[in-house]
Amino acid sequence: MNLDDALQTFIAESRELLEEMENALLNVDLAGDQGEAINAIFRAAHTIKGSAGLFSLDHIVAFTHVVESLLDKVRDGSVTLNDEMVVLLLSCCDYLSGMMNGLAAGQHEQDPDTAPEGEMLQQQLRRHMDGEAAPAAVPVLHAVAEPSVERIDAERGDSDYWHISLRFGRVVLQNGMDPIAFLRYLAKLGRIVGIATVPDALPPADEMDAELCYLGFEIAFDSTADREAIAGVFEFVQEDCEIRIIPPHSKVSEYVALIRALPEQRARLGEILVRCGSVTQQELDGALQQQSHKEEDVPQQQLGSILVGAGNVPPVVVEAALAKQKQVSEQKAQESRSIRVDSDKLDKLIDLVGELIIAGARANMIGQHIQNSELLECTSTLTGLVEDVRDAALELRMVKIGATFNRFQRVVHDVARELGKDIGLIVDGEDSELDKTVVEKIGDPLMHLVRNAMDHGIEPAEVRVAAGKPAKGMIKLNAFHESGSIVIEVCDDGGGLRKEKILAKAVERGLVDPERKLSDSEIYNLIFEAGFSTAEKITNLSGRGVGMDVVKRNIQALRGSVDVGSKEGQGTTVTVRLPLTLAIIDGFLVQVGSSVFVIPLDMIEECIEYATEPGQDYTNLRGQVLPLVRLRELFRVGGAATRRESIVVLKFGNQRAGLVVDTLLGEFQTVIKPLSPIFSEVKCISGSTILGSGEVALILDVAALMNTVGGKGAVALAA
Amino acid sequence: MADDINRISLDGELTIYHAADLKTRVLEALRKARVLEIDLSGVTELDTAGLQVLMLAKQTAAAEQRELRLLQHSPAVVEIFEMLDLGAFFGDAVLIHA
Repeated sequence: MNLDDALQTFIAESRELLEEMENALLNVDLAGDQGEAINAIFRAAHTIKGSAGLFSLDHIVAFTHVVESLLDKVRDGSVTLNDEMVVLLLSCCDYLSGMMNGLAAGQHEQDPDTAPEGEMLQQQLRRHMDGEAAPAAVPVLHAVAEPSVERIDAERGDSDYWHISLRFGRVVLQNGMDPIAFLRYLAKLGRIVGIATVPDALPPADEMDAELCYLGFEIAFDSTADREAIAGVFEFVQEDCEIRIIPPHSKVSEYVALIRALPEQRARLGEILVRCGSVTQQELDGALQQQSHKEEDVPQQQLGSILVGAGNVPPVVVEAALAKQKQVSEQKAQESRSIRVDSDKLDKLIDLVGELIIAGARANMIGQHIQNSELLECTSTLTGLVEDVRDAALELRMVKIGATFNRFQRVVHDVARELGKDIGLIVDGEDSELDKTVVEKIGDPLMHLVRNAMDHGIEPAEVRVAAGKPAKGMIKLNAFHESGSIVIEVCDDGGGLRKEKILAKAVERGLVDPERKLSDSEIYNLIFEAGFSTAEKITNLSGRGVGMDVVKRNIQALRGSVDVGSKEGQGTTVTVRLPLTLAIIDGFLVQVGSSVFVIPLDMIEECIEYATEPGQDYTNLRGQVLPLVRLRELFRVGGAATRRESIVVLKFGNQRAGLVVDTLLGEFQTVIKPLSPIFSEVKCISGSTILGSGEVALILDVAALMNTVGGKGAVALAA
Repeated sequence: MADDINRISLDGELTIYHAADLKTRVLEALRKARVLEIDLSGVTELDTAGLQVLMLAKQTAAAEQRELRLLQHSPAVVEIFEMLDLGAFFGDAVLIHA
């Protein structure tokens, strides 16, 4: 296997994992199902470390190792995840992403510029690991977390000793290992303070095989050795042996977790732990009692089997934990069902499908020409199949927008912190799918919109409270499909846009004529003009007047459009409308003179017969005014109009307009070929395609067409 | 059942190599009388397998309302019992070797 390829895979995979890690981190405090999130975070760090090791990327291994160690402690409950740690781990994610980027750029060693940052992060990680993180100012965020363990976490056991729990596998004796020998060796690393030999697994005398090992040990161990050294003692048997090591000063909950994990009767184990001195009776009692209290509102019988003397853990907790584990493994199984394909290969496939469609169209045309009914039948079947192949191929490129949306959890989290505002993010419609290219390109514009909404949209908490709104601001990202496009909305529940201010500013900047009467929507959309910003305060986030116009341009480059609506005092909604795919569309052919044009079929509402008073640029469509665009005039196509012109009624967003054409030619699968850069300034044309006859047809840019009628008073549908 | 005492003595290595024999021997002896006394003075080595047999015997005795007494622990036995804190499990007086 080519190592370079493998490295690329590693980088791609790591980036995904880091993304997952980030999401999990951000969800920890939101959802409250800590266990799963922590596992996801741990898995990510662990996998990156493992893979980095394969490539001898020592700096990554070293760093992730520290991250992993801390996460391990979080996972086994000896360190509690708090807000500060989430922030720290997020920084670690960033740092790792940085390293991945460096790696992608060919840097296989530690970058000396970022090394100090890495050092600092590692130090902080270690500090948390020792459990010495200053908890004073940090609000503990996991109040809603899983009810089983968390509250006792706060209590630290007094034990200065390691606790080692050993359950030797049945076959160790047959393998020539003697558990006692390991214990002797262990004793060289420190002092065995207390030990309890657990014979509970011994079967009745007649069933017992003297050559199998049934014993287990619970050991309190005083040593300065680290976890690895201690685990190293049991290296030779670790495969067929259950070893659990709890470090000194661990929280009582860890022992409770241990009790829960071991096969013996819990009552026995409680006693055993107390006996070998790892945990005192009071601690255990206290911990378990608290736990019981906490769960009192849960059905009573769960508390039924409280440990004799030492207390017990409600079985329901164990069940819950098991259910959770199962969930995680199922999820994992699902992940592995997908394969990774180079996007270039997909592009190639789409290209080929495009050619296939053109060739199919040609065959179809010839069939019609020679009027061979068998050939026609055959081509019609072929066309159907090609259409299916096209859809399937395009589907391959479709990705859910959820991943993009989830990235914003982090953005909102960070920016809210930076701004000192309390802002939450609601995400809706994550399952809406759209083309991968579109997804990639929409990230930046969306980022800008979200930041903007947070910075300018959401007011400071005092203002919000004064206005009778909840102090916590909300940003909402919503995605849904609508007539062949995907619509993404960025809403905030902030102060809304102020018309007068925008208008005044626009006039001041000379963007509009002060005499002109503008509709609300026109005023709002002024914010997308270049050099526009109404924020009094310039922050480093937004407000420098660059941005919104760039957003608009980027979205237009994707054949999309952007619109803004607002209610003063209630918030602003920015609506981004994007085509689902950039490659192939269902088109509708129309003819004007000798030119053929393609209109995206999704934009067409209906076709009607042309009828209007001479000289009017509108018609009456069932009692509503429908502005008309005469393609012949727009594109200065020569020749006289045919006797029976038609109107194609287009709908784009909440606008309607009629397109006056000579002839309707019918549906056509359109492979979009971009226009060469020379024509990039041509308005109202978004691309070209090749017809079956080999002729070129231009694809109409409906959004731009709408703009040409917009000035003439296009009818907005009842908004 | 007569209140008789059966007494056996074990010596040499109580290890995995003899564990199966040891088990049969001890259990047979145990079931012969209500009380079994095992003299351990000749034991030169005790490993996990040997220890397990002794623990099994102790548990079986308890389950069958018999009594197992270990006597004359040899230094090898004492070392293991102390290391694993098994004094309480067997409940016998252990002779401290000087």
